[in-house]
Formats: sequence, C-alpha cells, structure tokens
Amino acid sequence: MNWTAIWAIYTFEMARFFRTIKQSLISPVISTSLYFVVFGAAIGSRIDKVEGVQYGAFIVPGLIMLAVMTQSISNASYGIYFPKFIGTIYEVLSAPISFLEIVIGYVGAAATKSLLIGIIILITSFFFVKIEIAHPFAMVAFLVLTCISFALLGFIIGIWAENWEQLQLVPLLVITPLIFLGGSFYSISMLPSVWQIISMFNPVFYLISGFRWAFFGFADVPIAISLLAIGTFTLLCLATVWWIFKSGWRIRQ
Amino acid sequence: MSTILSIKNLRKQYEDGFEALKTISLDINEGEIIALLGPNGAGKTTLISTVCGITKPTAGTVTVAGFDIIKEYRSARSLIGLVPQEIALEPFGRVISTVQFSRGLFGKSRNDAVIEDILRRLSLWDKRNSQIRELSGGMKRRVLIAKALAHEPRILFLDEPTAGVDVELRKDMWAVVRKLRADGVTTILTTHYIEEAEAIADRIGIISEGEILLVEEKNNLMARMGQKQLEVQLTARLSDIPISLANYELGIADEGWTLIYRYDLKADRTGITKLLTDVSAAGLQLRDVVTRQSSLEDIFVSLVRKDVEKVT
Repeated sequence: MNWTAIWAIYTFEMARFFRTIKQSLISPVISTSLYFVVFGAAIGSRIDKVEGVQYGAFIVPGLIMLAVMTQSISNASYGIYFPKFIGTIYEVLSAPISFLEIVIGYVGAAATKSLLIGIIILITSFFFVKIEIAHPFAMVAFLVLTCISFALLGFIIGIWAENWEQLQLVPLLVITPLIFLGGSFYSISMLPSVWQIISMFNPVFYLISGFRWAFFGFADVPIAISLLAIGTFTLLCLATVWWIFKSGWRIRQ
Repeated sequence: MSTILSIKNLRKQYEDGFEALKTISLDINEGEIIALLGPNGAGKTTLISTVCGITKPTAGTVTVAGFDIIKEYRSARSLIGLVPQEIALEPFGRVISTVQFSRGLFGKSRNDAVIEDILRRLSLWDKRNSQIRELSGGMKRRVLIAKALAHEPRILFLDEPTAGVDVELRKDMWAVVRKLRADGVTTILTTHYIEEAEAIADRIGIISEGEILLVEEKNNLMARMGQKQLEVQLTARLSDIPISLANYELGIADEGWTLIYRYDLKADRTGITKLLTDVSAAGLQLRDVVTRQSSLEDIFVSLVRKDVEKVT
C-alpha cells in the first residue's frame, strides 16, 4: 500500500477544505441554527414530545444525518470531478498508485470533512436543546460509516458526471428528497399507514432510524436492520467503485 | 547506451473504433532526447498517454527500465514524469504545495531540498508561495515541468511543452532539458516546432496516422535526406530554361530571376562546376550564387506528404 500517495491526496483535499474554512463550516452551522429556530422553536413548540423526547432534540440526529449525507456526497463528488474538469486527473492516473489508494485518499478526505461538519452541528445543537446520547460509541460508529458510505456514493457520482449539471442532478433530485422523506424531522409512526409502507423502501430511512437509536435508545426499526441497511449500502458502493476502476469507466479510456 | 523504454507492437483503438496507434514499436535509449514530430491527430499524445498509464493499450507491450507498464505499473510509473499538453493545474493551490503534492503522489517522502532545487532551476523559487492563478502562462508551464520532476524521474515526457510560450522562455526550457540530459534524464518530447526538435533532440521520430514513419539520429537524418539547393541569381530575367540546360532539371524562382538546382551533397559529383560552365555557355550572366541546406521542416513535410499520398 502506497501510504505516502494516499496521504498526499488526503492532505491536498483537506487543504482545499481549509482554504474555504468559513464557507465550509459557517454555512452548515448557520443552516442548522435556522432549522432549530424554524423546526425546534416555531413548529416544535406546537408538537408534543416524540417517544418522550422534546421535538427540538428529536430532530438533532436527522439534522446531523441531513448535513453529513449531503456534505459527504458533495465533497467526494466535487473532489474527483474537479480534477477531471480541469484536467489534473492526468497526474493521478499516471502515478504509481492503485485504484484502492485513490479511493482511500479522496473518499477519506471527503468523509473527514463531513464528519467534522457533523461534529460541529452536534456541538451547535447543544446550544439550542438538551441532549443525552444513549449509545455514544454506536453514534460515532454510525456517523463514521454514514460519512464513508455517502462519500463513496459521491465519488461514484463525481466519476459518472460529465458536466456540472449532472454533478448536481443526483444529489438534488434523488438524495435530498430521500433524506427529507427518510424521517429526518419526524418519526415514521407520525405518518399515515400508506406512507409508512412507502418509507420502508427508502434506504435513508434505516440510516436515520439507526442513528436516532444511538441518541435516544429507540427507533422506527430494529437497530440490526439499520446496521444491515448501511452495511449493504456501503458494500454496494464499494462494489460499484471497484467495477469503475477495473473497467476504467469514464476515467481511463 | 541501454534501452530505458521499449515499446513493442503497441496498438490503441478507442471504443468508437478510431485506431489512434497502429502497431508501434520504438526503443528509447537512456539519457537521450528524442523528439516526436507529427501533424495534429498523428497519435503523439495517445502514445504518451498510453505509456504513462492514462489510456489503456489495446495490444502490445511497453516496458520502462524492464518493468511492464501493466503488470509492474508501480515500478514503471515511478520512473516517469509527464508534462501534459494542456495547462492543467489547480488554480487556487500554491506553487510549492502543488509541486510537493506531485512528489507525494509518486510515493516519495517529503524532501524540501529537492523541491527547492527544482523550483530554483525553473526560476520558480521566488513564486513558490504564489497561487497558480496569479502566474503567467509561461510560468504555469514551468510549474507543470516542476511537478513532473518532483519525484526525480528517469524519463520525462514533454507533450508540446513550449506551445504558446515566447521565444525567450522556449530557449530557457531547452536549457532545462539539456541540463536534465546532463543529469541522465531521458527526454521524449512531442512538438510542432521543428526548430525545437532541430535545436535539442538527438533523435527524431516522425509519426503520422498512428504509425511511426521513421526514427533516426537527427544529424544522420538531415545528412541522408537533406538536399542542398544552389540558387543561381541572374542579371537578366528568364522566361524559359534554355534547352542546353534541360538535363539539370532546374527550377525557376523569383519570377525568372533565379535558377534553382537541387543536388545531393553525398554524391561523388554534385554537377555544380559543369552547371555553372553550361549556364555561362548558354549566355546567361550570373549576379550571385547561394547554397541552402534543407531544414528538418522540409524533411518532415516531405515525409508526411509521401505518407498521405501512399494512403490516398
């Protein structure tokens, strides 16, 4: 394993994140604060406790997941698409590194960035609501796994995209609706029965449910199913990335 | 001199069916500068991209210092530095960090002394903390070279390195390439500037339509294929060549003021003495006599034209 090369890609990508530190960190903090003001204070005051948890606290796992998933996809897709767009990908392709090492470098950096944002949002939420995390280690594990798996998905989107429009297409039209409809701001039990069944087909629902379990000790579905869902999703992404690099699809002609 | 890069029956066909390289074979010696000349679309960049691992070969083998570029890609690629044709640089990165990145990407641990030496050689040291977007086009090209040299490669590919670069900078780059050769670096450059190949290359390869038409020592090539031309300038304008001079296959230039005689310098007899005697006997008065050597450009144009004629 060429760790020096992996570290070079990782630090180069992280340097880009730190170059735009204000935009990278302040933006999610502001938007999270707005969510707390709108959903927590304005709407939340009219909603009863959910499973014994104040609504403001109940939406914290969903808010973190919303930010982490979108940021992971955005960071990873941009990270690999930008070198393709400006042509610097030639250097990565001609370097003595394997595809696995390329993925670890880019996906690792993207996952780290979104993990940092997730942690900042969690810290921000402490200023608005009182939270006690029931299973802190499981929470961290879920968070890390979500960052990695969605960064892998973002990496795939970045490879697939042939222009900026395509780069935005999947996150905007597929991922964001799935996250919003995956129980970020509500419990599935609050939905009519038809929508409860439809939600079962949304993979993001299982991730948010699992993450919420780590916070409060209860969830819409058993934690084992959530783990199976995120494990399957990660494996699917890994398999796709492996195929992309093996075939050279949209990278190496 | 030992072979450092060996290309055997290399073929590249893209998915759309276009055959960019048609069974190319080429051996490149360690420490030499070889210039690949060819018109647009000849396959020069595809050849470089395939050797460097950017595109996949359809058939054939390539070895770098004995390492196969597919099976032993790590060893092979670590010996190669590539300067691409297009200026491809992260605009917001700083010069020194982008060069350090290249070194790390090729698996080499950080070495500030090496990076400083490269940047100084390319007159980039004073700009080391500048953002790439602040640099001129010529400076950006230097950064590309610095990046390619950051991991101390033994082979350097320069894909049209001086395209769009002013004359002074071009000559600076030639000096850099010569210095690299002195350090033992093998350089393969593609260029549109025949003058560039003529100035710095040891060997010339001519590519057209995905095939190598020839590879030869530059001096041998020019001596073998270079014709000399004798221009006989007259005091009176000539409309037709006199019958007594018909055997010389003379040409007329300058609207009849000059006779052109082409001859082979390596032939036992050039025929110049007899021609001048016959010209005088034909009653023509000489004003001046000039000789001119065919340039590499003439040879290149002639070879490519012959190749096109052969195909059509």
